[in-house]
Amino acid sequence: MCMFKQASWNQPVIFNMGKNGRRGHILPKVEEDIRNAIDLDSCIPKHMRRENLPKLPELSEVEVVRHFVRLSEMNYGVDSGLYPLGSCTMKYNPKINDMLASLPTIGMVHPYQDEGTVQGILEILYKLERWLAEITGTYEVCLHPAAGAHGEFLGTLLMLTYHKMNGESEKRREVIVPDSAHGTNPASATMAGFNVMVVPSDEDGCVDLEALKSVVSEKTAGLMLTNPNTLGIFEKNISEIAKIVHEIGGLLYYDGANLNPILGKARPGDMGFDIVHINIHKTFSTPHGGGGPGAGPVGVAKELAKFLPVPRIVLDSERYSLDYNRPHSIGKIRSFYGNIAVLLRAYAYILSLGFDGLKEVAEISVLNANYLMKKLKKIKGLTLPYNSKKPRKHECVFSAKLLKNDTGVSALNIAKRLLDYGVHAPTIYFPLIVEEALMIEPTESFEKEELDRFAEVMHEICEEAYRNPENVLNAPHNTAVSRLDEVKASHPKTMALSWRMYLKKNKQK
Amino acid sequence: MSEHNHPYIPNSQKEIKQEMMREIGIKGIDELYADIPKKYSLKKPLNLPEALSEFEVKKHIETLLAKNKSSDNMPMFLGAGCWPHYIPAVVKEVIQRSEFLTAYTPYQPEISQGILQALFEYQSMICELASMEVANCSMYDWASALGEAARMAVRVTGRREILVPKIIHPERAAALQVYTEPAEIIIGQVAYEKKTGQISLNNLRDKISDKTAAVYIENPSYLGFIETQVDEISKEADNHDALFIVGIDPTSLGVLKPPGDYGADIVIGEAQPLGNAMNFGGPLLGIFACRDDMSLIRQTPGRIIGLTTTMDGSRQGFCMTLQTREQHIRREKATSNICSNEALCAVASAVYMALLGPQGIRELGETIAYNVNYAMHLLSEINGVKAPIFDSAHFKEFTVNFDQAELSVKEVHEKLLHNNIHGGKDISKEFPELGETALYCITEIHSKKEIERLAEVLAKIVSKR
Repeated sequence: MCMFKQASWNQPVIFNMGKNGRRGHILPKVEEDIRNAIDLDSCIPKHMRRENLPKLPELSEVEVVRHFVRLSEMNYGVDSGLYPLGSCTMKYNPKINDMLASLPTIGMVHPYQDEGTVQGILEILYKLERWLAEITGTYEVCLHPAAGAHGEFLGTLLMLTYHKMNGESEKRREVIVPDSAHGTNPASATMAGFNVMVVPSDEDGCVDLEALKSVVSEKTAGLMLTNPNTLGIFEKNISEIAKIVHEIGGLLYYDGANLNPILGKARPGDMGFDIVHINIHKTFSTPHGGGGPGAGPVGVAKELAKFLPVPRIVLDSERYSLDYNRPHSIGKIRSFYGNIAVLLRAYAYILSLGFDGLKEVAEISVLNANYLMKKLKKIKGLTLPYNSKKPRKHECVFSAKLLKNDTGVSALNIAKRLLDYGVHAPTIYFPLIVEEALMIEPTESFEKEELDRFAEVMHEICEEAYRNPENVLNAPHNTAVSRLDEVKASHPKTMALSWRMYLKKNKQK
Repeated sequence: MSEHNHPYIPNSQKEIKQEMMREIGIKGIDELYADIPKKYSLKKPLNLPEALSEFEVKKHIETLLAKNKSSDNMPMFLGAGCWPHYIPAVVKEVIQRSEFLTAYTPYQPEISQGILQALFEYQSMICELASMEVANCSMYDWASALGEAARMAVRVTGRREILVPKIIHPERAAALQVYTEPAEIIIGQVAYEKKTGQISLNNLRDKISDKTAAVYIENPSYLGFIETQVDEISKEADNHDALFIVGIDPTSLGVLKPPGDYGADIVIGEAQPLGNAMNFGGPLLGIFACRDDMSLIRQTPGRIIGLTTTMDGSRQGFCMTLQTREQHIRREKATSNICSNEALCAVASAVYMALLGPQGIRELGETIAYNVNYAMHLLSEINGVKAPIFDSAHFKEFTVNFDQAELSVKEVHEKLLHNNIHGGKDISKEFPELGETALYCITEIHSKKEIERLAEVLAKIVSKR
């Protein structure tokens, strides 16, 4: 099978490049009259002046461009090829959306401008809120959160505020999460001051109802749930789950990481979820930028809307404005109104697809996942835990435990070997309830030929594991660098978290 | 679905769908949804717009956005946490490289060396600017970074109180409140000197105690003046074994003493002005840095990229490190829940800092200092206008008061707007004790002509009252 070869520039750290005196950019000159009118020395008190220039590199513009272009060539994006990172929904990022988000009529607009001068962007944001509310079946949506976890933080704060309003915040100290939950769920609940209770999954990979009944109590503030869950399985008992949580006085929180497969098919709000976050950079196709920026809007049921952060965008006879007069609002979780350039792309995405297109997105993402699952099930060494008969939604989680027992090749090794074929690895070792987990989400963006190739590559790797495990164990071979020493990176003696720290440690040696 | 196969969905073609369904052993895709209870299956289409072609989408959005006015077609004097600066063409080019733009978090470092090295270089250059040893690769913004810094100080010291200046951005203060309340952290306020705006050292000494986890200051302050008693404040914090947190605008650090040189333990701030567009306030780029001290490093929130080597030691490489602090490993015991951050904005800032270099960053600071002092000089000469209200040195931003002119900020703003000038931010409600005052911002993009026109129009407005 045809292998891949990534660029492998031996590109020095930028501090080791350039020459004294080189310039990468010339700033506008201070005008002569200003220079004459102002005595710069008197502008900053002497003891507050910077004595030595910061030790930034000195490069020409040409060198800067070349450096970062070379670095980009040692990176892999969804435009490079299949990126089946489970729970991350690495779909195609439409180019028109990037183009629109780079217009100066958004880039050069300041958040504190007079409302009369920002009617265009306010209209876009207002409509996007309405569309997202419609898609999720919630009453109002707040666009402020900068990421999914930021949305979770807001959501858990809303839980706290809701119980406080009812005079129950002292009592309701517990947030329940399934053992298959994303790590952000327990981390967010903790940030909002809750204790985390874990509920196990049943043999179908769904929340164990009996276990849930035994863990809920009058201490329960709410349950955080991903549906379909991180195994790609729809929580079939969602109706009962909602009932159990609501009857005890708790709130139901929807982690939107896996919203993609139910777009236009079903809505979290209808299932009884009170708070819903949406990962715009997953479901609504905005580029993830190597880690961000994303956006994590939060939709809520009617009785929670009054707690949302300020300002709210309101429409009053064709004029949009920012309303800060919300006495019950929790306040602010960030500056300004959200990651606007990201949200604008989501607006364009919804417009490009419409209802039918969004539904098609969901259906094909599910078709692709089940198609791939069917093919991967045939591979020796891989198993599909938790009811292998059941259809999955957008993703499926295989276990490489058998392969590891047989050959010593682990999920990590498979992941690394995949890179050699120019395929990004799936999410590995997650969810925690699957040993040697390979969590695969193909999304709707990849054509059948590419999915077939992925299945073939997986087949090839597992065969190779039985035939010649060494080669898999030592992978990757075709990426910019071979396996990295992550222990060295985090050991206090060798840890170098900046160039300055690196130089300091190497001088000591 | 319409008669077309959607360009974003290659397998929406009918024959392919059927072939794939055959392989799975189903007759229709709805069989894959059979486990969703009937009552939750959508029965009718949602109320969403009809799908448009790419051309129509472009036209529609461009038309809407054209209703906005930008700093390109109206001189604008707004700052307050989001600042207008020129972004070199190279920055835009690099962050449009789709290998960066369309990548996820670098979970597989061997195939992600590009973004990892770029982020390591961002961290390193932020450290050089701030004179710190460790920086993470981004927080959402300055406000959330402040919330995280306060929580970190409490974890490090085991104390519960954070002292912050009275003069602070109200949005940052609000976010701090929201971030710290669930952790039962007490926020104490330190008064300022009426004449200079500087922190009242007496008030700080009254309030600081062995319960104080950290003292926080901003430099330049929210209202643009330079806090000059940094050594005294740092010493006060040190005397009480409290951490010293400093919030910065990095464009000042070519000319202003870096916080690492006056004892800061944690440095936070906003790196949007280093190469990132304003975008109506987001995305932003929160700075988070600290000293090389394991008790601090272990409690730092967010992703950190480390320099290492390949296993065989043959070549240098980069990877995410100290991940045991993070949510995906440590879950409820993580230092923060942050996962997606502002990585691409950090790459933009890395490119910006590399382009400017040491000379450029100094010239940026000097140009801003010249321009802002020129603006203060012109405005202060207008009868009825006080600019700035505080007797202190200022950088990039300053207060303008209209009390003597008996005009409200709102009136002045509307008249300026009528003249196609956008004045500063109205802070009369945020700080009522400062009267009818606005916060003006001047950067390297404001020309002498624009500053002079602002002064002329203001003079006319004030004289016509």
